[in-house]
Amino acid sequence: MNQLRRTFLKSAGSLGAVAVAVGAGLLRPGQVFAAAWNKVAFTATNVTEAMKEAGYGGAADSKDILIKVPEIAENGALVPVEVTSKIAGTTNIAIFVDQNQNPMIADFEIGNGTEGFIVTRIKMNKTSLVRIGVKAGGKAYTASKEVKVTVGGCGG
Amino acid sequence: MADDMKIRATMQGDVADVKILMNHIMETGLRKDPKTDKFIPAHFINEVVVTLNGKPVVQAQWGYAISKNPFLGFRVKGAKAGDKIAVSTVDNLGGKMQGEAVVA
Repeated sequence: MNQLRRTFLKSAGSLGAVAVAVGAGLLRPGQVFAAAWNKVAFTATNVTEAMKEAGYGGAADSKDILIKVPEIAENGALVPVEVTSKIAGTTNIAIFVDQNQNPMIADFEIGNGTEGFIVTRIKMNKTSLVRIGVKAGGKAYTASKEVKVTVGGCGG
Repeated sequence: MADDMKIRATMQGDVADVKILMNHIMETGLRKDPKTDKFIPAHFINEVVVTLNGKPVVQAQWGYAISKNPFLGFRVKGAKAGDKIAVSTVDNLGGKMQGEAVVA
Protein backbone atom coordinates (compact mmCIF):
# COMPACT_ATOMS: atom_id res chain seq x y z
CA MET A 1 0.00 0.00 0.00
CA ASN A 2 2.83 2.39 0.84
CA GLN A 3 4.36 1.72 -2.53
CA LEU A 4 1.08 2.60 -4.22
CA ARG A 5 0.73 5.72 -2.16
CA ARG A 6 4.17 6.82 -3.23
CA THR A 7 3.39 6.23 -6.88
CA PHE A 8 0.18 8.13 -6.42
CA LEU A 9 1.84 11.15 -4.85
CA LYS A 10 4.58 11.20 -7.44
CA SER A 11 2.25 11.00 -10.44
CA ALA A 12 -0.15 13.51 -8.90
CA GLY A 13 2.66 15.99 -8.56
CA SER A 14 4.03 15.63 -12.04
CA LEU A 15 1.08 15.05 -14.31
CA GLY A 16 -1.85 17.04 -13.07
CA ALA A 17 -5.52 16.25 -12.87
CA VAL A 18 -5.79 13.19 -15.08
CA ALA A 19 -2.89 11.51 -13.32
CA VAL A 20 -4.59 12.25 -10.02
CA ALA A 21 -7.67 10.41 -11.20
CA VAL A 22 -5.63 7.46 -12.42
CA GLY A 23 -3.51 7.52 -9.28
CA ALA A 24 -6.61 7.45 -7.13
CA GLY A 25 -7.71 4.50 -9.22
CA LEU A 26 -4.52 2.68 -8.33
CA LEU A 27 -5.36 3.10 -4.69
CA ARG A 28 -8.88 1.80 -5.12
CA PRO A 29 -8.87 -0.47 -8.17
CA GLY A 30 -12.41 -1.62 -7.35
CA GLN A 31 -13.81 1.73 -8.39
CA VAL A 32 -12.10 1.89 -11.73
CA PHE A 33 -12.66 -1.70 -12.78
CA ALA A 34 -16.33 -2.53 -12.60
CA ALA A 35 -15.47 -6.15 -12.00
CA ALA A 36 -12.31 -7.99 -11.00
CA TRP A 37 -10.66 -10.02 -13.76
CA ASN A 38 -12.93 -13.00 -14.32
CA LYS A 39 -10.37 -15.77 -13.92
CA VAL A 40 -12.92 -18.59 -13.98
CA ALA A 41 -14.32 -17.50 -17.34
CA PHE A 42 -10.92 -16.79 -18.89
CA THR A 43 -9.49 -20.18 -17.88
CA ALA A 44 -12.55 -22.21 -18.88
CA THR A 45 -11.68 -24.69 -21.62
CA ASN A 46 -14.98 -24.94 -23.45
CA VAL A 47 -16.98 -22.13 -24.92
CA THR A 48 -20.30 -22.94 -23.25
CA GLU A 49 -18.73 -22.86 -19.82
CA ALA A 50 -16.75 -19.69 -20.60
CA MET A 51 -19.88 -17.90 -21.79
CA LYS A 52 -21.84 -19.04 -18.76
CA GLU A 53 -19.15 -17.87 -16.33
CA ALA A 54 -18.89 -14.52 -18.09
CA GLY A 55 -22.63 -13.96 -17.79
CA TYR A 56 -23.56 -14.83 -21.39
CA GLY A 57 -25.14 -18.20 -20.59
CA GLY A 58 -28.29 -18.94 -22.58
CA ALA A 59 -27.75 -15.92 -24.82
CA ALA A 60 -30.36 -15.50 -27.56
CA ASP A 61 -29.23 -15.44 -31.20
CA SER A 62 -29.43 -11.94 -32.62
CA LYS A 63 -29.21 -10.56 -36.13
CA ASP A 64 -28.45 -7.12 -34.72
CA ILE A 65 -24.88 -8.10 -33.94
CA LEU A 66 -22.67 -7.55 -36.97
CA ILE A 67 -19.29 -9.28 -37.03
CA LYS A 68 -16.62 -8.32 -39.51
CA VAL A 69 -13.83 -10.92 -39.67
CA PRO A 70 -11.74 -12.23 -42.55
CA GLU A 71 -13.11 -15.41 -44.13
CA ILE A 72 -9.61 -16.86 -44.21
CA ALA A 73 -6.88 -15.73 -41.84
CA GLU A 74 -3.39 -16.69 -42.97
CA ASN A 75 -1.86 -15.73 -39.67
CA GLY A 76 -3.78 -16.91 -36.62
CA ALA A 77 -1.75 -14.59 -34.40
CA LEU A 78 -3.35 -11.52 -35.93
CA VAL A 79 -7.01 -11.81 -36.81
CA PRO A 80 -8.85 -8.48 -37.04
CA VAL A 81 -12.31 -8.50 -35.47
CA GLU A 82 -14.84 -5.70 -35.80
CA VAL A 83 -18.11 -5.94 -33.88
CA THR A 84 -21.12 -3.68 -34.22
CA SER A 85 -24.06 -4.16 -31.89
CA LYS A 86 -27.23 -2.47 -33.04
CA ILE A 87 -29.03 -3.60 -29.90
CA ALA A 88 -30.17 -0.53 -27.97
CA GLY A 89 -28.57 -0.09 -24.59
CA THR A 90 -25.58 -2.36 -25.25
CA THR A 91 -23.40 -2.43 -22.13
CA ASN A 92 -20.97 -5.26 -22.87
CA ILE A 93 -19.39 -6.86 -25.92
CA ALA A 94 -17.42 -10.08 -25.44
CA ILE A 95 -15.38 -12.18 -27.88
CA PHE A 96 -15.05 -15.97 -27.71
CA VAL A 97 -13.27 -18.42 -30.01
CA ASP A 98 -14.64 -21.97 -29.77
CA GLN A 99 -11.44 -23.79 -30.73
CA ASN A 100 -8.95 -21.86 -28.62
CA GLN A 101 -7.52 -23.61 -25.54
CA ASN A 102 -9.32 -20.99 -23.48
CA PRO A 103 -12.22 -19.71 -25.58
CA MET A 104 -12.81 -16.44 -23.74
CA ILE A 105 -10.78 -13.67 -25.31
CA ALA A 106 -12.13 -10.38 -24.08
CA ASP A 107 -15.06 -8.59 -22.49
CA PHE A 108 -15.55 -4.89 -23.15
CA GLU A 109 -17.82 -2.91 -20.87
CA ILE A 110 -18.91 0.30 -22.54
CA GLY A 111 -20.74 3.35 -21.33
CA ASN A 112 -20.95 7.16 -21.18
CA GLY A 113 -21.73 7.58 -24.86
CA THR A 114 -19.59 4.79 -26.30
CA GLU A 115 -21.33 3.22 -29.28
CA GLY A 116 -21.83 -0.53 -29.63
CA PHE A 117 -18.72 -0.85 -31.72
CA ILE A 118 -15.35 -2.45 -30.95
CA VAL A 119 -12.37 -3.21 -33.18
CA THR A 120 -9.45 -5.31 -32.04
CA ARG A 121 -7.10 -8.09 -33.15
CA ILE A 122 -7.14 -11.57 -31.70
CA LYS A 123 -5.17 -14.81 -31.78
CA MET A 124 -6.78 -17.98 -33.10
CA ASN A 125 -5.35 -21.46 -32.67
CA LYS A 126 -7.15 -22.98 -35.66
CA THR A 127 -10.23 -22.69 -37.84
CA SER A 128 -13.11 -21.87 -35.53
CA LEU A 129 -16.29 -20.00 -34.94
CA VAL A 130 -15.76 -16.52 -33.54
CA ARG A 131 -18.61 -15.97 -31.13
CA ILE A 132 -19.71 -12.55 -29.94
CA GLY A 133 -21.69 -12.00 -26.77
CA VAL A 134 -23.60 -8.79 -26.14
CA LYS A 135 -25.29 -7.67 -22.95
CA ALA A 136 -28.06 -5.10 -23.17
CA GLY A 137 -30.71 -4.24 -20.63
CA GLY A 138 -29.72 -7.19 -18.45
CA LYS A 139 -30.19 -9.68 -21.30
CA ALA A 140 -27.56 -11.60 -23.24
CA TYR A 141 -27.41 -11.96 -27.02
CA THR A 142 -25.02 -13.78 -29.30
CA ALA A 143 -23.93 -14.18 -32.92
CA SER A 144 -21.07 -16.05 -34.56
CA LYS A 145 -19.03 -16.29 -37.73
CA GLU A 146 -16.44 -18.80 -38.89
CA VAL A 147 -12.83 -17.90 -39.64
CA LYS A 148 -10.58 -20.36 -41.45
CA VAL A 149 -7.07 -20.22 -40.04
CA THR A 150 -4.05 -21.33 -42.08
CA VAL A 151 -1.35 -21.04 -39.40
CA GLY A 152 -2.35 -21.13 -35.73
CA GLY A 153 -1.38 -18.23 -33.53
CA CYS A 154 -1.39 -19.51 -29.98
CA GLY A 155 1.86 -21.45 -30.19
CA GLY A 156 0.38 -24.53 -28.55
CA MET B 1 5.71 6.72 -21.28
CA ALA B 2 5.65 7.75 -24.89
CA ASP B 3 6.58 4.21 -25.85
CA ASP B 4 3.77 2.53 -23.94
CA MET B 5 1.03 3.27 -26.43
CA LYS B 6 -0.11 5.42 -29.31
CA ILE B 7 -3.53 7.00 -29.12
CA ARG B 8 -5.37 8.80 -31.88
CA ALA B 9 -8.76 10.35 -31.34
CA THR B 10 -10.46 12.31 -34.07
CA MET B 11 -13.94 13.80 -34.34
CA GLN B 12 -16.11 12.46 -37.14
CA GLY B 13 -19.36 14.38 -36.96
CA ASP B 14 -20.48 14.20 -33.34
CA VAL B 15 -18.63 10.96 -32.73
CA ALA B 16 -15.04 10.63 -31.56
CA ASP B 17 -13.20 7.83 -33.31
CA VAL B 18 -10.60 6.48 -30.89
CA LYS B 19 -7.75 4.17 -31.88
CA ILE B 20 -5.23 2.84 -29.40
CA LEU B 21 -2.12 0.83 -30.18
CA MET B 22 -0.35 -0.56 -27.13
CA ASN B 23 3.15 -1.87 -26.86
CA HIS B 24 2.96 -5.25 -25.18
CA ILE B 25 4.37 -8.71 -25.80
CA MET B 26 1.06 -10.50 -24.96
CA GLU B 27 2.80 -13.81 -24.25
CA THR B 28 0.26 -16.64 -24.07
CA GLY B 29 2.11 -19.01 -21.78
CA LEU B 30 1.52 -21.77 -24.35
CA ARG B 31 4.70 -21.25 -26.36
CA LYS B 32 7.86 -23.23 -25.68
CA ASP B 33 11.31 -21.73 -25.74
CA PRO B 34 13.06 -23.83 -28.44
CA LYS B 35 16.40 -23.67 -26.56
CA THR B 36 15.25 -24.83 -23.14
CA ASP B 37 12.05 -26.66 -24.18
CA LYS B 38 10.28 -24.94 -21.30
CA PHE B 39 7.09 -22.93 -21.56
CA ILE B 40 7.57 -19.19 -21.78
CA PRO B 41 5.53 -17.74 -18.88
CA ALA B 42 2.33 -15.92 -19.75
CA HIS B 43 2.58 -12.14 -19.76
CA PHE B 44 -0.43 -10.25 -21.05
CA ILE B 45 -2.55 -7.17 -20.37
CA ASN B 46 -5.70 -8.29 -18.60
CA GLU B 47 -7.37 -5.02 -17.66
CA VAL B 48 -7.81 -1.86 -19.71
CA VAL B 49 -9.65 1.30 -18.72
CA VAL B 50 -10.27 4.20 -21.08
CA THR B 51 -11.75 7.42 -19.76
CA LEU B 52 -13.03 10.51 -21.53
CA ASN B 53 -12.69 13.59 -19.32
CA GLY B 54 -12.41 11.22 -16.36
CA LYS B 55 -15.56 9.21 -17.14
CA PRO B 56 -15.01 5.55 -18.06
CA VAL B 57 -16.02 4.86 -21.67
CA VAL B 58 -14.49 1.41 -22.13
CA GLN B 59 -13.45 -1.00 -19.39
CA ALA B 60 -12.10 -4.21 -20.79
CA GLN B 61 -11.00 -7.55 -19.43
CA TRP B 62 -8.64 -9.41 -21.71
CA GLY B 63 -7.24 -12.91 -21.92
CA TYR B 64 -3.93 -13.83 -23.54
CA ALA B 65 -5.53 -14.25 -26.97
CA ILE B 66 -5.56 -10.56 -27.80
CA SER B 67 -2.79 -10.15 -30.39
CA LYS B 68 0.70 -8.92 -29.58
CA ASN B 69 0.87 -5.11 -29.50
CA PRO B 70 -2.88 -4.87 -28.93
CA PHE B 71 -5.11 -2.64 -31.00
CA LEU B 72 -8.37 -1.26 -29.68
CA GLY B 73 -10.79 0.92 -31.61
CA PHE B 74 -14.16 2.34 -30.55
CA ARG B 75 -16.41 5.38 -30.99
CA VAL B 76 -17.78 7.76 -28.40
CA LYS B 77 -20.87 9.80 -29.13
CA GLY B 78 -21.18 13.28 -27.71
CA ALA B 79 -17.46 13.85 -27.33
CA LYS B 80 -15.91 17.06 -28.62
CA ALA B 81 -12.55 18.32 -29.76
CA GLY B 82 -10.30 19.09 -26.81
CA ASP B 83 -11.73 16.31 -24.63
CA LYS B 84 -9.12 14.28 -22.83
CA ILE B 85 -8.71 10.54 -23.41
CA ALA B 86 -6.75 8.62 -20.78
CA VAL B 87 -5.86 4.95 -21.03
CA SER B 88 -4.47 2.75 -18.27
CA THR B 89 -3.68 -0.93 -18.41
CA VAL B 90 -2.59 -3.60 -15.95
CA ASP B 91 -1.02 -6.91 -16.98
CA ASN B 92 -1.11 -10.28 -15.25
CA LEU B 93 2.29 -9.62 -13.65
CA GLY B 94 1.17 -6.28 -12.25
CA GLY B 95 2.88 -4.16 -14.93
CA LYS B 96 1.10 -0.88 -15.62
CA MET B 97 0.99 1.37 -18.64
CA GLN B 98 -0.64 4.74 -19.15
CA GLY B 99 -1.33 7.02 -22.04
CA GLU B 100 -3.15 10.26 -22.75
CA ALA B 101 -4.39 12.07 -25.79
CA VAL B 102 -6.61 14.99 -26.69
CA VAL B 103 -9.53 14.54 -29.10
CA ALA B 104 -8.76 16.40 -32.32
